[in-house]
Amino acid sequence: MIGRTKTGAAVCLLAGSLAMAACASKAPKQLPPEPTGVATQTDDGANRIIPGSQADFVQQMAGQDTIYFDTDKYNIDSVDAAALQTQAQWLMKYPAKRATVEGHADERGTRDYNLALGERRANSAKNYLVSLGVDASRVTTVSYGKERPIALGSDEESWAKNRRAVTVTID
Amino acid sequence: MTIRNLLLAATALALGGPAWAQSAPTITPQPVVPTAPAPAPAVDDDGGLSGTVSDEAAWQDLGIAITAFATDQDLPTQTNAGTTASLGRALSDVISGDLRNNGLFKPSGPSGLPQPAYPQVQSPDYPVWSARSAEMLVQGYVRQNTDGTLTIGCYLYDVQLKQQLVKGGWQVGPADWRRAAHKCSDMVYSRLSGESPFFDSKIAYIAETGPKNRRMKRLAIMDSDGANHRYLTSGQATALTPRYSPDYKQILYLSYLNGNPRIYVYDLSTNQQRLITANSYPTFAPRWSPDGKWILYSMAIAGNTDIYKISSAGGGTPVKLTDSPGLDVGGSFSPDGSKIVFESDRSGSQQVYVMNADGSDQKRISFFGGRAATPEWSPRGDQIAFTHIAGNLRVGVMSPGGGSMRHLTDSWQDEAPTWAPNGRIIQFFRTEKNSGKTSIWQVDLTGRNERRLQTPADASDPAWGPIQP
Repeated sequence: MIGRTKTGAAVCLLAGSLAMAACASKAPKQLPPEPTGVATQTDDGANRIIPGSQADFVQQMAGQDTIYFDTDKYNIDSVDAAALQTQAQWLMKYPAKRATVEGHADERGTRDYNLALGERRANSAKNYLVSLGVDASRVTTVSYGKERPIALGSDEESWAKNRRAVTVTID
Repeated sequence: MTIRNLLLAATALALGGPAWAQSAPTITPQPVVPTAPAPAPAVDDDGGLSGTVSDEAAWQDLGIAITAFATDQDLPTQTNAGTTASLGRALSDVISGDLRNNGLFKPSGPSGLPQPAYPQVQSPDYPVWSARSAEMLVQGYVRQNTDGTLTIGCYLYDVQLKQQLVKGGWQVGPADWRRAAHKCSDMVYSRLSGESPFFDSKIAYIAETGPKNRRMKRLAIMDSDGANHRYLTSGQATALTPRYSPDYKQILYLSYLNGNPRIYVYDLSTNQQRLITANSYPTFAPRWSPDGKWILYSMAIAGNTDIYKISSAGGGTPVKLTDSPGLDVGGSFSPDGSKIVFESDRSGSQQVYVMNADGSDQKRISFFGGRAATPEWSPRGDQIAFTHIAGNLRVGVMSPGGGSMRHLTDSWQDEAPTWAPNGRIIQFFRTEKNSGKTSIWQVDLTGRNERRLQTPADASDPAWGPIQP
């Protein structure tokens, strides 16, 4: 029922200055990079990224480390599938790396149910990665329910950004 | 933490020679007539609730005068309220606050009222109170015993009938003096309303601070009036959804300690905690059975959540109660322990179901549209409180069969109802749009008397414990 936000990279850009500050203070490993100018923004910075690291994963994914869901839903659509394929390729390239899929819900639900829903979404993403050949033992899940929103507004646009599963690799 | 109920003493509260005071040095009280009102002790600062009642029109507007409790001798005490005279004033302040804040009564006093002398406690000066248009009069006394404990007596009089309606007496340790005041409030409330008591009870909840995306959430407890507030966790790990055990000795809650959401049992006497399950699956939505012998919880395996119960003694084998491909979450026992109300989205959206305590005979009961979540069975057994999600989130009640659904609140986001021990009042938490700030509110079953509880920080996930013995 709600238009889905597939431009994960724009999440922090669109959410206003408050969200920018909040995003900046959050663990940077969870942030999608800006979609353009990655290679040119800071050559020094680019040089420091170690292949196979979480920083490398975030850079390579270019926003596709996160997939989004409709209200109360947990199915993988074609956009999600493409993102998870990109994630799986990276994970297959670095077979020693482990990852956690974090499942989240928007604020418009009750706390306990949202914990269950976040777990279901994280497992949905994990199961798809496994179906693409990633060893199940390499991927764990954690649900944050509605406890860790990335977009801070109380509107459809923010809620769409918060109904998400984020893959984070473990350095 | 014990309170000795002296109500049953054969000669209860006869000031001339109470049976329970035989060890006291002075069997015959030595009345001390205060020459001036005792100064107000600094109890206003220790967290008592204040609040407004939105609509009192429908309530009986009983004029209750609550006087400062008298004392036989103004002695220093080990309480935080000062001498026995100051303590007498503080006791009546607590009682007045209790009766005012529940929306039932509009008590006056102790400020601005005549202060009965010790001998007058049992023989009120009725003409004085009649002239003040008081219909009911609460008087009492406080005495310090040689061992430092306190004996507190409480009397309710009908001014027009010139008659004592009820009396009670309690012996408490210095740290528990407020409990004696709550016992007195409960006695007055029960006598005048015909309802079961609820003031002498506690609330566990989650204290929240910080910005919306980085909330610090701490386990906290307080008395039913907000006093004796205490944080139990530091906030380093997010804490959620506490539940007091029926004996108040333990608290079940969810913590992200070690990164994953798991249910812990926190022991209040040792300040130690333990996990309730041995496996590593996420567990959440903990609840006690009414007898405290079982812990109900939700556990997710491979993305699917079901409801389980396990012995609260620890080490037992979990019993799986639901087995649907949907999310089965939460749960609340009926007061007799025979049934469990829970939520499930097996039909496609969150709805409320009832099953037997062994998991058999699962039936959906909510059919009024929208989604229905967080069901909580009333301690009286006659109603189920829940969160109704239809656009906004609102607190509602329905019968155990799913009928007679009524909304009690109408705000942007109200959720997670918890019942007062007497099943007449519901607490819940309210979230502000955009800011995400939370606060605990309470509402009576008419939905008209709604007020916010004052807490030191933002507050959510209230869990009201039972009445204390």
